[in-house]
Amino acid sequence: MSNGTEAEYEVTHGRPQAFYENFDRKGELQHQTHYCPGCGHGIVHKMLAQAIDELGIQNRTILVSPVGCSVFAYYYFDVGNVQGAHGRAPAVATAVKRSHPQSIVVSYQGDGDLSAIGSAEILHAANRGENITVIFVNNAIYSMTGGQAAPTTLLGQVSTTTPAGRNAANEGYPLHVSELLATLEAPVYIERVGLGDNRQVAQAQRAVRRAVENQVRGLGFSLVEVLSPCPTIWKMSPVDAQHWVRDVMEKTFPLAVLRDRTKDVQPKAAPATGPALEEIPRILGVTDEGEAEPSDAQAKGGVDLQVRVAGFGGQGVLLLGEVLAEAGLHAGLEVSWLPSYGPEMRSGTSNCHVRLAREPIDSPLVAHPDVLVAMNEPSLHKFCASVRPGGWIFYNGETVPEECERKDVHILARPFMHVADELGDGRAGNMVILGALLEATATLPQASVDAALGQLVKSPRWLTLDERALARGRELLRESLQEVCHEG
Amino acid sequence: MRRQLMKGNEAIVKSAILSGCRAFYGYPITPASEITEAAAQYLPQVGGVFLQAESEVAAINMLYGAASAGVRVMTASSGPGISLMQEGISYMAGAELPCVIADITRGGPGLGNIAAEQSDYHQVVKGGGHGNYHTLVLAPHSVQEMADLTALAFELADRYRNPVVVMADGFIGQMMEPVEFPQTATEPHLPKWAVAGTEESRGNLISSIYLEPDKLEAHVRQLEAKYYVAQQREARAEEWRTEGAEIVLVGYGIVARILKAVAAEAQAEGLKVGVLRPITLYPFPGLQFQKLAERARVFVVVEMSNGQMLEDVRLALNGVRPVEFLSRFGGNVPSHGEVLELVRKLARQTLPAPQPERESVAHV
Amino acid sequence: MTSAGKQDRGRLRVDQDECKGCALCIEACPPHVIQMTERLNHYGYRTAMYAGAGCTGCGICFMVCPEPGAITVLRLASHVAASAEGVKPCAGN
Ligand SMILES: Cc1ncc(C[n+]2csc(CCOP(=O)(O)OP(=O)(O)O)c2C)c(N)n1
Ligand code: SF4
Ligand code: SF4
Ligand code: SF4
Ligand SMILES: [Mg+2]
Repeated sequence: MSNGTEAEYEVTHGRPQAFYENFDRKGELQHQTHYCPGCGHGIVHKMLAQAIDELGIQNRTILVSPVGCSVFAYYYFDVGNVQGAHGRAPAVATAVKRSHPQSIVVSYQGDGDLSAIGSAEILHAANRGENITVIFVNNAIYSMTGGQAAPTTLLGQVSTTTPAGRNAANEGYPLHVSELLATLEAPVYIERVGLGDNRQVAQAQRAVRRAVENQVRGLGFSLVEVLSPCPTIWKMSPVDAQHWVRDVMEKTFPLAVLRDRTKDVQPKAAPATGPALEEIPRILGVTDEGEAEPSDAQAKGGVDLQVRVAGFGGQGVLLLGEVLAEAGLHAGLEVSWLPSYGPEMRSGTSNCHVRLAREPIDSPLVAHPDVLVAMNEPSLHKFCASVRPGGWIFYNGETVPEECERKDVHILARPFMHVADELGDGRAGNMVILGALLEATATLPQASVDAALGQLVKSPRWLTLDERALARGRELLRESLQEVCHEG
Repeated sequence: MRRQLMKGNEAIVKSAILSGCRAFYGYPITPASEITEAAAQYLPQVGGVFLQAESEVAAINMLYGAASAGVRVMTASSGPGISLMQEGISYMAGAELPCVIADITRGGPGLGNIAAEQSDYHQVVKGGGHGNYHTLVLAPHSVQEMADLTALAFELADRYRNPVVVMADGFIGQMMEPVEFPQTATEPHLPKWAVAGTEESRGNLISSIYLEPDKLEAHVRQLEAKYYVAQQREARAEEWRTEGAEIVLVGYGIVARILKAVAAEAQAEGLKVGVLRPITLYPFPGLQFQKLAERARVFVVVEMSNGQMLEDVRLALNGVRPVEFLSRFGGNVPSHGEVLELVRKLARQTLPAPQPERESVAHV
Repeated sequence: MTSAGKQDRGRLRVDQDECKGCALCIEACPPHVIQMTERLNHYGYRTAMYAGAGCTGCGICFMVCPEPGAITVLRLASHVAASAEGVKPCAGN
């Protein structure tokens, strides 16, 4: 046997197109990788590049490279490249893919990157069934940082941080991430392959190609774990390291197809395109359309009303304030509504500050209210002293406790909830109080209150009830004023 | 134009979408959750992406991915979540990726509490992550500004290719005030440098790695040059009735609102008091401090923290004027009464008259 | 042409600058037609080298090689191979 001339031969296996011609590396090293002789990363790179070539997706491909020995994968792949933080490649890839669903996104990660620091990111990307391809290069060690233990380090395996060999009692057991992910519903394809001999290499090549092709077909999350030699850190010759993959590593991490639903799943539908730009303000509800007709219902004169509403959750404290603020806005005033939220928010108390003013409002915090609405006794206790002289206190109770009596403010104490009960639902008690408040302050036109209520209360039943409650509250106030007159 | 009553947190989302934001990745936390919830409601309706991430770590790295892909993207969180995001923020600054982060601050350290505090100043303004970088930081003090400064944040993020933080305390996020929005939406555009899975963008690389010392140094110097331009052009502050002010009250966010009320009352009493409100916390509006120092006798910093912005005020004044400090935190708010009391006290004290000589010496 | 009139189906090219001498290709080649050079290349590695004959063009060495372009495998063009078999492609159709 011998050779004919070169001209009679054609290249069948040569440098894949998906690699750059020259690598953006230091000095004269631009034609070779930074990987050590016999490194599995180089072999897996070639498989991925071949798959990209065969599927004709070079322009569409985006490679997310990890932190680990393959951190510089972007030197080699002539595709779109994003270099991410340690372990976060699946999160980065998730967003890249969702930003450009037509792109083919590959998250390339080492075992430290994927199974330790990035264990949450890979789990959740897999669980969401992101339509991405993950290439997981497992060399059972942190290679880049010089050989510390990884979650995948074998029992008994010596590393710089397990100098006596990995001991389950201290470091736990080798983590089988692929098996773990295969318990999830969403992934469509998970396979563990090796680089231990020719047969394994051929299978690995097929698996890498399938994992990419699944994405091209829109099937969903695919992951290939590759048991990969690291001759340098393992302190073996490249050939021995290759054999160690087959003879030792494979015993802990059996090669297998752990998930294959590629035949059962339907390709993911392309996401719907968004609406026309002009539609967006309407979708957000920020256009003039739908705005209540500008009314003549304008508050008159100089207004500066400061209100504090306090009670327990479920007593309608926040809504009372909101109707007031919304009505003020309708009446052409400056308004602010501030829920007192904070540690107390979780202890059941609820309380808000409302200001209505003619002038721009400086502070939305109401320290000295003109009107205090106290839905219960603790609230009354807490705030009664802060009310400005000449102001109002509306107290949801029969009688004001002695300590809270004040001669310099108007007080209306009624069991407002009971009043509302008589109207059909005690929960409308807040609106009874609001009615009284509106009547007492005489700041806002009824039309503004109606408009606010219409906007905030969507259920017709509640709207009717609230309207009746407001009217009843106004009545109560008028009655009480008459009582005062009679007494006077 | 229509004025709507709206929570600050909701205004952020609407403004973001009008500004071309089409992606939100976030993780719930009080008092920022309404932002995440509003994003969940509106982004899918405008053809955008909403995803609740598994953590703030994942969320910020999703921002890294979306920004790499050239999409206007944002997230929202509060102190504990911002702490977790620092890794990604550093990477984004290093890789020169734009994004907007809303920090609706709460009490710390640790779990602290959920009440409004301003103790995220250091971690946000000073760059809580590793490396030589800054985020640009905007501090709204009203719901209208939540909308306006969010729009500005997206512009600045793109202009400087850098993360921009809208930092508001829980009050500004939770409160409702009337707000107006522009009636037109900005068209999202794909930047040339983005990695988009297309032939034109194939050669693009997003990375924060500069292996060689000279290259990293040059890169950081270029970032510095960018920040210098931002310092010249973007520093903003509001001067509120500062004409003739001898006492200048300084605060941002909800505190500035209280200070305005105090200043109004003090002025009514005949005291010469004004308010200087930093709107950008980075770049810090130092020039405005120096300008007011020509006339003012004392500056009073009021913060809901143990004195974080205080350091920047002192740096800006460089010793030319005394700086008084009043602080409440833990969920407590400096009260109108206590600030007013301090103002009255300072007004009564015979303060040293301005000494221009000392000033010029200090500036050398 | 050999005396038997049969050319090798395959041929191997090794880029001497790119090869790092890991010997994985040597281990992998079924007919054992790859050897290691004695001399060192520019970077101080011994490199792989085609023994000169017997390559089947299977491509296995290419797949196990970690370097993108260290190995190129060529195959006898189909018309040459076909004529060697005495069959003309598309003959008579
Ligand atoms: C947040 C963070 N922590 C630690 C490191 C240091 N570090 C760099 S690579 C690496 C381990 C990589 O191991 P692996 O993912 O298995 O990749 P390999 O090098 O083995 O391919 C570590 C711990 C880092 N870069 N960032
Ligand atoms: S240290 Fe190991 S994993 Fe890293 S390049 Fe060398 S052989 Fe490859
Ligand atoms: S496998 Fe590649 S790098 Fe290794 S000896 Fe063969 S040609 Fe050289
Ligand atoms: S192509 Fe096959 S036969 Fe030829 S050198 Fe490579 S491994 Fe050996
Ligand atoms: Mg590893």
